[in-house]
Parts: sequence; C-alpha cells; structure tokens
Amino acid sequence: MNASFWGTPGGWTLLTVLQILAVMVWILLSLAFLLLADRKIWAGVQMRKGPNVVGPFGLLQSFADFGKFLLKEIVIPAGADKTVFLLAPLIAFTLGFGAWAVIPLAPGWVVSNINVGVLYLFAISSLGVYGIIMGGWASNSKYPFLGSLRSAAQMVSYEVSIGFVIVTVIILAGTLNLQQIVASQGGGFWNWYVFGGPGPLWTKLLTVIMLPMAGIFFISGLAETNRPPFDLPEAESELVAGYAVEYSSTPYLLFQIGEYANIVLICAMTSILFFGGWQAPFPTPFTAHWSPTAASFFGFMWFFAKIIFFFFLVAMAKAIVPRYRYDQLMRLGWKVFLPTSLVAVVVVAAWRVFGMGA
Amino acid sequence: MGLQAIAFYLLAIVTIAAGFAVVSARNPVHSVLFLIAAFFSAAGLFVLMGAEFLAMLLVVVYVGAVAVLFLFVVMMLDVDFAALRQGFARYLPIGGLIAGGLAMEMVIVSYTVATTGAAKLNDTPLASGAHAATGVTNAEAIGRVLYTNYVYFFQAAGMVLLVAMIGAIVLTLRHKPSVRRQVIADQVARTRRGGMRVVSLKPGEGVSE
Repeated sequence: MNASFWGTPGGWTLLTVLQILAVMVWILLSLAFLLLADRKIWAGVQMRKGPNVVGPFGLLQSFADFGKFLLKEIVIPAGADKTVFLLAPLIAFTLGFGAWAVIPLAPGWVVSNINVGVLYLFAISSLGVYGIIMGGWASNSKYPFLGSLRSAAQMVSYEVSIGFVIVTVIILAGTLNLQQIVASQGGGFWNWYVFGGPGPLWTKLLTVIMLPMAGIFFISGLAETNRPPFDLPEAESELVAGYAVEYSSTPYLLFQIGEYANIVLICAMTSILFFGGWQAPFPTPFTAHWSPTAASFFGFMWFFAKIIFFFFLVAMAKAIVPRYRYDQLMRLGWKVFLPTSLVAVVVVAAWRVFGMGA
Repeated sequence: MGLQAIAFYLLAIVTIAAGFAVVSARNPVHSVLFLIAAFFSAAGLFVLMGAEFLAMLLVVVYVGAVAVLFLFVVMMLDVDFAALRQGFARYLPIGGLIAGGLAMEMVIVSYTVATTGAAKLNDTPLASGAHAATGVTNAEAIGRVLYTNYVYFFQAAGMVLLVAMIGAIVLTLRHKPSVRRQVIADQVARTRRGGMRVVSLKPGEGVSE
C-alpha cells in the first residue's frame, strides 16, 4: 500500500468507492437521528412526547422503523407498470445521494471537486422530480397521479427561482466550484455571502439583497423537496398520501430516505452558498498550526452544526406553518419569488461590474 | 485510458440503445423515459470530452425542464398511438431519406475534423480550445466567447425566445368577463374597518338589510 497504488485505475476506483461509502454511511446515520429529531420537534411544538419507547428517549426509533420496513411485504398494484413502479423509488434514492458527491464537507473533504459543482447540484436536484412523477404514473391510480402532476408543476416552478438565487451567489463568488465558494467566505461571519461576501465594510450594504435571497432559497428549497408548508404532492387531507399511496415496504422506505437526503441537501446548500459552509463564524488563524486532518475535522463540525440548525428550521416550519393552497403556491413561486430574484440578479450583476471594480 | 475507453463505450451504447428504444417502445411514456436516458448518457459523453459545462446545461435544460414537460403532456394526453403508427410504411421512404441525409452530414463533418482539424472561427486563444493550457475553466471560456464575439447572435437568440414566450401567452391567455377572479391585492388591502360592521341590536329584533 503506497501512494503509487492509489494512482492506478484499480486503486483510484477503490479509493473513490471507499470515499462514497464513507459519505453515504455518514448521511444514512445522520438521517436516522435527524428523522427522529424531526418527529421530536414536531411533537414538542404540539406538547406531545414523540417517539419515546425504543431505546433511551426513543433514540433507536428510526432503526426499529427500518427493520419494520424491510420485513414487510412489497405490494405491487395489479394494473401497475411494474418496471417503472420499482424504478421510481430507486431513482429518488440514487439522486438524493448522488448530489452529495460534490458537497464540500470540510477543507479537502469532498468526493469529487469538479469545476461546475453548483451546476451539478442544480442538475441533480432538477432530476428529483422524476422519481415522484414516475412513481405516481406507474401506480395506475388516481390520487398518486394527481400527486405526481402537482409535484411536477411545483418543482419546475420553484427550480426557476432557485436557479436565479444561485446565480447571485455565483456572480459574487466568480466561480462555480463549491470548494472555492466556501473557501472565499473565510475569516468571520461577516464574510458570508448572506452579508454580501468578503470585502470592505461598505460592501455589507449587499446584505439588503442577499439576506432576502437566502430566505427565498430556503423557502424554495422547502417547495422543491415537498416539505410542509408546500407538501401538496402528498397532502393527506386531499390526496391520501399523493404519489406514495400505492407504495409499501422497501420501495416506500427508499422514497422516504431519498426525500430526507434531499432535505438535508437543501440545508447543506443553504449553508454552503450563504452561510460559509465549513467556515467557522469567527477568524481562525489558530488552525494554521494544526495538522490538516484536525483542521478539516474542525471545519466539518461547523458544517454539521449549520446543517442541523437549518434542519431545525425545516422541522419548525412543518410544525407551525399551515399548508398552502395550490394557487397560492403557484402565485408565490411565479409572481413573488421569480421577479424578486430576477431583479436581484440584475442588481448584483451591476454591483459586480460598477461597485466591486471587477 | 482504460477507464475512459470503458466509460465511452458504455455511454455510447446506452445512448444508441435508448435512442432506438424511443422510437420502438410501445408505450409513449416509456418512450419519453428512454429519451431521458439518451439525454443523460449524452451528457456523460460531454463530460468525457471535457465539456462539463455543456453536460450540466444539457441535464438542467433538457432533462430537468423540457423532458419533464414532455412527460407531463404525454401522461395527460389520451392519444391513440396505434392509429399514429398506421402510416409507417407510407412514411418510411421520406423518413429514411432524412435519416440518411443526417448520417451523411455527420460522417462528412467527422471526416473533415479528423483529417484537417476543427475550423477556427477566430484567432483568440480562448476560442481555439487552448483553455487546457491557460487554466481557464470551461464555463469561463464559453462565456468570454459568447459575450464578446457572438454577443449579437446571443441577443438575437434571446429575442427569439422572448417572442416565442409572448406568443404562447397570447395564444393561451383568455379572460372570460363572466368569471369572478381572485384579486390578491384587494384581499391583502382589506382592513377591519372595511370588512366588518358592528350593529347594536335590541333583544327580539332581527337585522334587515
């Protein structure tokens, strides 16, 4: 085992597979506890206790659910398109995890540090609609189909404003590489893009634009991942469970894991694009003397803490905000977010050309 | 080299097989799904060529938006596709002619590029594919050419799209005067003063408007 082995095609493949496995295991373990946290926060707001039977404080609840899902029978409706029906949850699951390949977890910790990382993320998240639309269609049933049509319209609508919000950050950062975007936000929380990015004091004026952009991004992210208050594709009071009505057992589990992976991804993207990713909120000159591994771990802790904070916001939104009506949802996406982000792109571009001196 | 060759042949085979399946699949929804697979593997081929920016745009625009709308329409429409297939023999000659013409053009282009190299439209170092040496990224190289040398074409393309968009809206937007529409601004501007009225009643007396 020396350095040259990792350079050969076989060694490179093995190394990449190991990295992918490490990231996936970390996400899956985090998801188990984030799912529990989601339910606990929801319960707390409603003055219930939430899951509290399996393990201390119900900590092992997600693992018990996992076992239950695996052991149940897979029911495929008689009129269903079998291949597409089973392919849909696989696609949802794969896309939920595929996007994590370019997420910079810490300085130097990223599976694939590609130059178009932001675009890759955007591309993968725009594919997320296929799992739902295929599942809804293949079920050959009314409610799943209605749910999937709603979902397709909703995701396509909110993607547009997400795209424009990402463009404002890209204009300020001047790069599509996620690791560079995070690296440029170092030195304290005032250098985060939500406060206008690095620069002298007067550039903080950009907070007026970037703070609403961060809000729009986060809210559009909720709509993109079908989270409450935008969970119309699975609105239980109207559509039973939307696209997931006919799903049971492992396929349903795959849908759920894919959905939660996407939610955590949106939290991660919000922290990377606007809140400094793995950068600490204060200057960290002391990490210069640390070993690279220790410095990376220090950064990873901050990144993880930010993800958990945004996940808390997502869970709170589910607990306290009532569900949108469909026309209100479309109005918010097309008539509020889209014009706002479009104007913001123009203003930020003008700022970049005339304000920052290129 | 080994990995790249394997990836190329895998993606190329998937692209061609999926393209063939698009026209041969019986179920139109399956056709669209195969079309998506073809787009996706074509994006993979772009990545292999080092054009990762184009690859991502292909996925975002075609797979993420255009194909979703295709799928949407195909699922909603109840078209009798068996009837559409009736004229297969009748359209075969002209279809074959077009396909043959396209194949000829591609062969000519590939042959010319392989023997004499790609044509240089201008002599700026970025446009002639020297970005690998200068360290300029894909997106930056495309942006520099697009917004300098070809800015008028770029703007014209934008205008064409704008006209198409306005045309689509004009064709579909209808206001029936008989339909009551929700006016959000009025609803938001509603205050307690205008929205309710306090009436003091004596016992046994009703309200008459």
